Amino acid sequence: MDSDDDFNSSQASQDEFMEDSGADFDDDSDLDMDDQDVGFESQDKDIKPTKQAYETEFKVFDPPQIQDSQDKQIAEVSNILVQPPEATAILLRHLRWNKERLIDQYMEKPEEVLENAGLGESSEANPPKITKVKGFMCDICCEDGSDLDTFAMKCNHRFCVDCYRQYLYTKIKDEGEAARIRCPGDKCNRVVDSKSLDLLVGDDLRDRYHELLTRTYVDDKENLRWCPAPNCVYAVECSVKDRELPRVVPTVHCDCGHYFCFGCSLNDHQPAPCGLVKKWLKKCEDDSETANWISANTKECPKCQSTIEKNGGCNHMTCRKCRNEFCWMCMGVWSEHGTSWYNCNRFEEKSGSEARDAQAKSRQSLERYLHYYNRYANHEQSAKLDKDIYLKTEKKMQQLQNSTGMSWIEVQYLDTASQALQQCRQTLKWTYAFAYYLARNNLTEIFEDNQKDLEMAVENLSEMFEKPIDQLQGLKVDMMDKTAYCNKRRIILLNDTAENLKQGNIFPSSLLFYWIINNATGNWEFIVSLT
Amino acid sequence: MSAGAKKRIMREYGECLADTPPGMKINFDEQNMTKWEVLLDGPDQSYYAGGHFKLEINFPNEYPFKPPVVAFKTKIYHPNVSNDDKGSMCLGLLRPDEWKPPNKVVAVLRLIQTLLIEPNIDDAIEPSIANEYKENRKEFEKSAKDWVKRYAK
Ligand SMILES: [Zn+2]
Ligand SMILES: [Zn+2]
Ligand SMILES: [Zn+2]
Ligand SMILES: [Zn+2]
Ligand SMILES: [Zn+2]
Ligand SMILES: [Zn+2]
Repeated sequence: MDSDDDFNSSQASQDEFMEDSGADFDDDSDLDMDDQDVGFESQDKDIKPTKQAYETEFKVFDPPQIQDSQDKQIAEVSNILVQPPEATAILLRHLRWNKERLIDQYMEKPEEVLENAGLGESSEANPPKITKVKGFMCDICCEDGSDLDTFAMKCNHRFCVDCYRQYLYTKIKDEGEAARIRCPGDKCNRVVDSKSLDLLVGDDLRDRYHELLTRTYVDDKENLRWCPAPNCVYAVECSVKDRELPRVVPTVHCDCGHYFCFGCSLNDHQPAPCGLVKKWLKKCEDDSETANWISANTKECPKCQSTIEKNGGCNHMTCRKCRNEFCWMCMGVWSEHGTSWYNCNRFEEKSGSEARDAQAKSRQSLERYLHYYNRYANHEQSAKLDKDIYLKTEKKMQQLQNSTGMSWIEVQYLDTASQALQQCRQTLKWTYAFAYYLARNNLTEIFEDNQKDLEMAVENLSEMFEKPIDQLQGLKVDMMDKTAYCNKRRIILLNDTAENLKQGNIFPSSLLFYWIINNATGNWEFIVSLT
Repeated sequence: MSAGAKKRIMREYGECLADTPPGMKINFDEQNMTKWEVLLDGPDQSYYAGGHFKLEINFPNEYPFKPPVVAFKTKIYHPNVSNDDKGSMCLGLLRPDEWKPPNKVVAVLRLIQTLLIEPNIDDAIEPSIANEYKENRKEFEKSAKDWVKRYAK
């Protein structure tokens, strides 16, 4: 469902950046200052004071920082347990980096903890070394001879160095294991520590080993997650716990530019909570055949039935033949959109009497689903078309720029507008999954109004990209206004949904309490359980 | 396959010859030493008594750092043997994370014999057969014996 295109979201789309910078761009003399401001703001985005209700605190870690925080914790716990760092690292990995639990358990039963982690008796004594042993025969390769290099850890399961190496190679390279490689000895559970490993293997395997250790560190820590963007090496730290996910949608923004959900690693799906997203995607997959025809790229004009192809993201369609203006999503007359009559986003429930028998009910439930799916799929599709048309426009603008000598910054507003469109359509898309599961209450109408306002703002901006290139420069101020308005509408919608997810009930502190109020998710009522 | 691995397989075959577990025959081809054919009699105290089962043991290139691969060539009704044309087994020693390089094929053969007498229900590859073994032993026994008659005589 989510395309690779969604990964291209970029740094430049910070909402506040676009809102304050509108006026400055008109004056070329401010250019230098602008650059400084932008740099300053992006550096300090972690501590920006104005946190919106829908925003979540997070921190991005690069690989050296991940290594660093790992080393720090090892050093700290090593001091407390009075164990060497290698052994401490094994203990921490054994207890999945739960520092407090490790210290508690170790203080109570040190021998048992060491034994369970594969460390046997205290491992402070002699460091591991490679030796030759008289009368030795390797139980793996069956070679013997007193000139054979051999190795054993404290458990004394001795093998020739070649076999030991080959064993580690198979575990690391083929099986991708690192933190829990056991001694090759039959039934022995002692874990190979990194000091022993360093002694036995070459640089390339050692690098891979440490890479894998770092992987398991992030995998094991509940508050750390890899950025899922292809080839991205960053991890994100966020304190939102799994049990909080019905109440908060923790979208994070990786330094590579990708927005994703910390809860489920999918692309940003605000305002819909992870539980709904999972259910929705499952439903779309199950019902894909019924719904597929709708997202097709061509439709017939509702008036003259001639075939109409959609080539931009804008949903305001004009039939070439009969000039009929209509809405691509609901196929309704466009003139009714953008007025108080606008109800393209709302599904009108038929009254009970009309849907009495089972067949009618099932037809209505399909219609209801299709109403939301249609709009969901359409925003996804429109986002792609918006991007296509932006890329074409950008190319043409560059040509224009070269011929007229416009400066680079002056076409930046197109990029900014395009980013905003992508982000707003992503949000709109998920508002329809959200709405599908929403049970009507006094809040629904406000939500639908917010959705409608954002949708209109987006369509207005999207429409501008279909204007001829030579007119675009003259529309700069207008376009920047519309961009800022889109972002504003998006923030209003997200704040409203986020606040109402959080509010209503006291936030559950204990798991038991959480189970009791499970189905009530803030002020919203959903037709399904979120877990 | 490395010279070391071949040496080790040869040695294991020698050990097996000297001390073959009862009810078992190993066909070994020196030209193709990475594939052993094993003829196994159903143990007397099992539901498979009277049956003769053909097994194939394949040694991977990384042997003995990876476990040998076992396949029942004769169909068998058993919770730990896949009910398809592969007849594969994947438990205990045979799993890469359980197998240790000093382990020997003969231990694998003994494991298989033990499993014929007492299936491992908690680690079944065929959950429905395992369930039947647990809940409806009579029905299980009937099918197991039926299959022996049909495929393993
Ligand atoms: Zn060896
Ligand atoms: Zn050992
Ligand atoms: Zn990233
Ligand atoms: Zn999520
Ligand atoms: Zn028409
Ligand atoms: Zn419409």
